[in-house]
Amino acid sequence: MTERWSAGVLQYAEMGYWQPDYEPKPTDVLAAFRVTPQPGVPPEEAGAAVAGESSTATWTVVWTDRLTAHEHYQGKCYRIDPVPGSVGQHGPEQFIAYIAYDMDLFEEGSIANLSSSVIGNVFGFKALKALRLEDMRIPPHYAKTFQGPAHGVVTEREYLGKYGRPLLGATVKPKLGLSARNYGRVVYEALRGGLDFTKDDENINSQPFMRWRDRYLHCMEAVHKAEEETHEVKGHYLNVTAATMEDMYERADFAGEIGSVIVMIDLTVGYTAIQSMAKWARRNGVLLHLHRAGHSTYTRQKSHGVSFRVIAKWMRLAGVDHVHAGTAVGKLEGDPNSVRGYYETLRCDKTDQDPVRGLYFEQDWASLPAVMPVASGGIHAGQMHQLLSLFGDDVILQFGGGTIGHPMGIAAGATANRVALEAMVKARNEGRDIDFEGPDILRAAARRSPELDAALATWGDVTFSYESTDTPDLVVTPS
Amino acid sequence: MSHTARAARITQGAFSFLPDLTDEEIAAQLAYALGNGWAISIEHTDDPAPRNNYWDMWGLPQFDLPDPSAALIEINECRAAHPGRHIRVSAYDASYGRQTTALSFIVHRPA
Repeated sequence: MTERWSAGVLQYAEMGYWQPDYEPKPTDVLAAFRVTPQPGVPPEEAGAAVAGESSTATWTVVWTDRLTAHEHYQGKCYRIDPVPGSVGQHGPEQFIAYIAYDMDLFEEGSIANLSSSVIGNVFGFKALKALRLEDMRIPPHYAKTFQGPAHGVVTEREYLGKYGRPLLGATVKPKLGLSARNYGRVVYEALRGGLDFTKDDENINSQPFMRWRDRYLHCMEAVHKAEEETHEVKGHYLNVTAATMEDMYERADFAGEIGSVIVMIDLTVGYTAIQSMAKWARRNGVLLHLHRAGHSTYTRQKSHGVSFRVIAKWMRLAGVDHVHAGTAVGKLEGDPNSVRGYYETLRCDKTDQDPVRGLYFEQDWASLPAVMPVASGGIHAGQMHQLLSLFGDDVILQFGGGTIGHPMGIAAGATANRVALEAMVKARNEGRDIDFEGPDILRAAARRSPELDAALATWGDVTFSYESTDTPDLVVTPS
Repeated sequence: MSHTARAARITQGAFSFLPDLTDEEIAAQLAYALGNGWAISIEHTDDPAPRNNYWDMWGLPQFDLPDPSAALIEINECRAAHPGRHIRVSAYDASYGRQTTALSFIVHRPA
């Protein structure tokens, strides 16, 4: 005991941060880190260092720990497993370290505080070559301190009056350069043609070629006109991302005043701004769409960063109604099993531990509303059976190029997507096996829809088959 | 339905971009709903505005139907009584965590 408190440097594992016998409490926040120790650093010490640096420790012994119930506040690495198939010079190169944090370490309802603790300092730690936060278990006791999604999937559907099928969207292209009037034209054509939503892109804010107020007015004229013609509720995600909260509130208030059902923010605004906008969205009855701009800088590489499944959990707590979560079949990174894990994380009230889908812990959301995942980026009508089979009904399928690039025009592109979607949902409900019969179902629908016929002729064969950089360690071998 | 010829067609519901469903096709959708344990309800209106949620109810929702035939009879009675109105069928999922409509589509349009 005396040695534990002598001035100087001790191994983290000897300071109480490695506790293989620790039984996590139901109220603990749990984290799974992928740890790549420097040569010569034992895995237990690496795990303990992560636990220490993400909770109470510093590099040396401090007597002021003794003024606290330090054992209560210490993060505890309670398990460390070699990663299957990882090979270094002297044994496994990577390990998964499981760490338990007492809930007292975190401020109630604050993603900024939670993330500052768990990923704040430790990622630059010299004793580790690389570090990745793979997953977290948020206990219901802590989850319940967050607002959660401003509306959630059920309320969104009741707002829109749309049930039993995925929603359809498209991002206006080109994303930069259009004047407000031309921009609104794209919105009108896409919505009247059959889409439910159109979308500003992440970097369309208020530039010299189109200021935000002009865009909002033209987009809402387009939305209202399409609603009158189709008798459906329509929406355009008005991006309110701006330099300051004051600017964002001004833009969001105006969007609400002129009748928009939805506004949008970028992940780049930061966790605190996201939580503020989630409160605004619930207070004002406006849906909140989140574009995950920038996430690939830290989510994509398997050895270092933060997995998107953690970001998905944080964003559900923070309170957005929509978040982009991958397509698996489109142009952007996303292993199908991992992507399904993200979708379950966003939509289910409870998820089980599932190594195949990259879910390290079970998670109980305790009735926190579900987030609507958005599949966007290089998808087209010819993939409708795959998208419906992968993601089910509670998803927004966004076909930007696949709508606006249609040879017969934007409205025709929208119609092609809607016909393909409705035909596939109808066939699935009739009990047909859409995985196998999908292309036939699409061809049959195209015989009654020249728009879908042209879409299939243009994009039917386009695929994006590249190896994913981020895949679960455990893969089921087909038997 | 083409994107140019749809001007007057209400596109609410899950299948408005397909040709109008036959009774046989409606029965297949109802069978899917019943297989999921959903209740069936029929509603009609002369004002299918985008934000008119509350269409007139044709009786109460039908819970625990063994097969779609009774619901189909009700749909046809509703059509006979209100040929000039829009009629929709909805399937309701009362399970914990949903407690909302699970599927909704138009089964009759004014001639």
